[in-house]
Amino acid sequence: MSKTGLIIQREYLTRVRKKSFIIMSILGPVLFAMLMVVPIWLMTRDGGESRTIAVVDENAYFAGKLKNTGSIVFDFRENDIALARQQLEERMFYGVLHLPLMDFNKPEGIRLYADRNPSMDVMMGIERSLGKVIEDFRIEEAGIDREILKKLNANISVQTINISKGEEKESSTGVATAVGYVASLLIYFFILFYGVQIMRGVIEEKSNRIVEVIISSVRPFQLMLGKIIGIGAVGLTQFLIWAVFTVIIYSGAIAILGINNLDTDQIQQMGQMTSTTSAGETEQMVQEVFKAIGTINIPLILFSFLFYFLGAYLLYGSLFAAIGSAADTDSDAQQFQLPVTIPLIISIVVLGAVLKDPDGSLAFWMSIIPLFSPVVMMMRIPFGVPVWQLMLSMGLLVGGFIFTTWMAGRIYRIGVLMHGAKVNYKILAKWLFMKN
Amino acid sequence: MNILVTKDLSKNYGDFLALDSVSLSIPEQSIFGLLGPNGAGKTTLIRIINQIIFADRGEVLFKGEKLSQKHISGIGYLPEERGLYKKMKVGEQLMYLGQLKGLSRKETNERIRYWFKRFDMTGWWEKKVEDLSKGMQQKVQFITTVLHDPKLIILDEPFSGFDPINANLIRDEIFELRRNGASVIFSTHRMETVEELCDHIALINKSKKILDGPKHEIKDAHKSHSFIIEYKGELEGTSDFFEVLHEAPGAFQGITKMEVKTSPQVRSTDLLKFFIDRVEIISFQERIPSMSEIFIRKVQGETNHE
Repeated sequence: MSKTGLIIQREYLTRVRKKSFIIMSILGPVLFAMLMVVPIWLMTRDGGESRTIAVVDENAYFAGKLKNTGSIVFDFRENDIALARQQLEERMFYGVLHLPLMDFNKPEGIRLYADRNPSMDVMMGIERSLGKVIEDFRIEEAGIDREILKKLNANISVQTINISKGEEKESSTGVATAVGYVASLLIYFFILFYGVQIMRGVIEEKSNRIVEVIISSVRPFQLMLGKIIGIGAVGLTQFLIWAVFTVIIYSGAIAILGINNLDTDQIQQMGQMTSTTSAGETEQMVQEVFKAIGTINIPLILFSFLFYFLGAYLLYGSLFAAIGSAADTDSDAQQFQLPVTIPLIISIVVLGAVLKDPDGSLAFWMSIIPLFSPVVMMMRIPFGVPVWQLMLSMGLLVGGFIFTTWMAGRIYRIGVLMHGAKVNYKILAKWLFMKN
Repeated sequence: MNILVTKDLSKNYGDFLALDSVSLSIPEQSIFGLLGPNGAGKTTLIRIINQIIFADRGEVLFKGEKLSQKHISGIGYLPEERGLYKKMKVGEQLMYLGQLKGLSRKETNERIRYWFKRFDMTGWWEKKVEDLSKGMQQKVQFITTVLHDPKLIILDEPFSGFDPINANLIRDEIFELRRNGASVIFSTHRMETVEELCDHIALINKSKKILDGPKHEIKDAHKSHSFIIEYKGELEGTSDFFEVLHEAPGAFQGITKMEVKTSPQVRSTDLLKFFIDRVEIISFQERIPSMSEIFIRKVQGETNHE
């Protein structure tokens, strides 16, 4: 095996065998799966449990008109609010809804008595049901024909058609945004997390004083590159494990909790929580999302994600290695760490602006400059990027990481041999141009 | 035959000249002492030989060939600032470092087992370095240096931090390695070590070589031609071929101790004859300068010249 290969192997194996790696590999997917499963589980669980609300209606109008919702059952009581409140104290029901005598054109004084703070879900359910009854009353009073009203109701959904390359493709802004965000954030976190690992590894070798033994056997550049590649492989392995486990745990949990076959009823309920769409519209929405996912160019996104992911890692990884070589301890490294992380943070900060105008000049320049391009370009790609821009950005990224690796190599070869030196930027620059 | 020759090696760090035209010849199977005060340039020279850094001018020949990457497997290096991966197991660590020096997996494994047996370390393979005592770590460290059976072993202050038992063990191994054909460069400023082990030395001060050669020749060249004589009786008369530097008469049981200085032309036998004819000799000894004296004299002399 080549010497660089040996170094990669060591960096990889020592990290993969660590307890923390194994724990993270197991814990990570459990957390991810929980993030996905728990909200769904909570929703379906809530739906099964209905709450009884006692209604005291002084208008004698709502009975029969006020519709129960998935989680609320209205129980009409005698016209005695004092009795109802007393029964509430005996915990006979969740709450008491008091509808005093009122003018339906100006409904006021409606109260919900409960012995605890009612949930958003309950409040919204009650308000919606009451609103519907009063709305119906007003429509009738105004003498509007229901059929005409239905015809007047405008339900508009604009389909976006992407006509680049002469082909017509349906696209969805929502799905593109989601894909862009996930890809950008993944790159950001990966670089930060594993970049710091590289830095720590270099500092460890320096403070262990083993580095001089190693570089009497291999070139400093080989050691640096081996470390960067080895740690990158650890990161990819972790991602792969997470992806596989998350899928397994997610599908397993859903099967166990019995929420895999969400029937239309439940979907409708979930839909109602956010809007008053009917079952048919909800289904249509779900279909649209699936259709939209189908329309984005998945192979292109996967390819560019992998490309920017690796390019960004190599670009920043070598900078982190250089920082590590110039420091004796983690705290020494902090002063240099900030300037390296700032471009990353800026890229995340501008994502919102890029999203507003994915083809604007800010988005363009940020997705061309190598320090920002990985995060920003991944946000743009789902919206479609002209080929020449993509090629230019990728080309510059390759040039960028060759440059930073070269630069880092020059700082590294001097830095790892320096102990106890107070390093500042001037000294770093001197190392950069020093002969070997 | 020389294992290593340097010719006019120079190295600058920015404006600072760390090595100034240093030429050395290190004979095969020698134990070569590289001496000099701190900051003289010893570590720079050693790093150039290890190809960690490169000289600005001059060249290094290893067994007559220009030094290159392929010679890495022929050199073993124990730096002054040394250490191991603390979290790694002893066996894995040695496997890694051995293979980095260019050994195959199988060879490395065999060599490790050989040294484990030799140093009474069987059963250490699975131990983590951080769980070992300092003395045990030092043994592991020494094995990393000699594992690949190098022809040239470079030890930078090898005994600093070694306990006396390990120091003795290492000393014996150094002689054994030389017997088997290796040459050793010692970089140190501990003169006892030099007296005891080295047969050749080079003295570096302020980036320049100021002295080198076989130890006995250097001592010869630096002797002051003074003798210490202990005798009983009264010494009468003087001679013009020596001068008395120091005299302590009858200090102990009537024995007088005298230090005399002669000129280089005077043979010690002539001096001895002079005394035998006049007094009863208890002891007669030429005063050979210690390496420490030569070191101090040369380094201070250099400083005074400026």
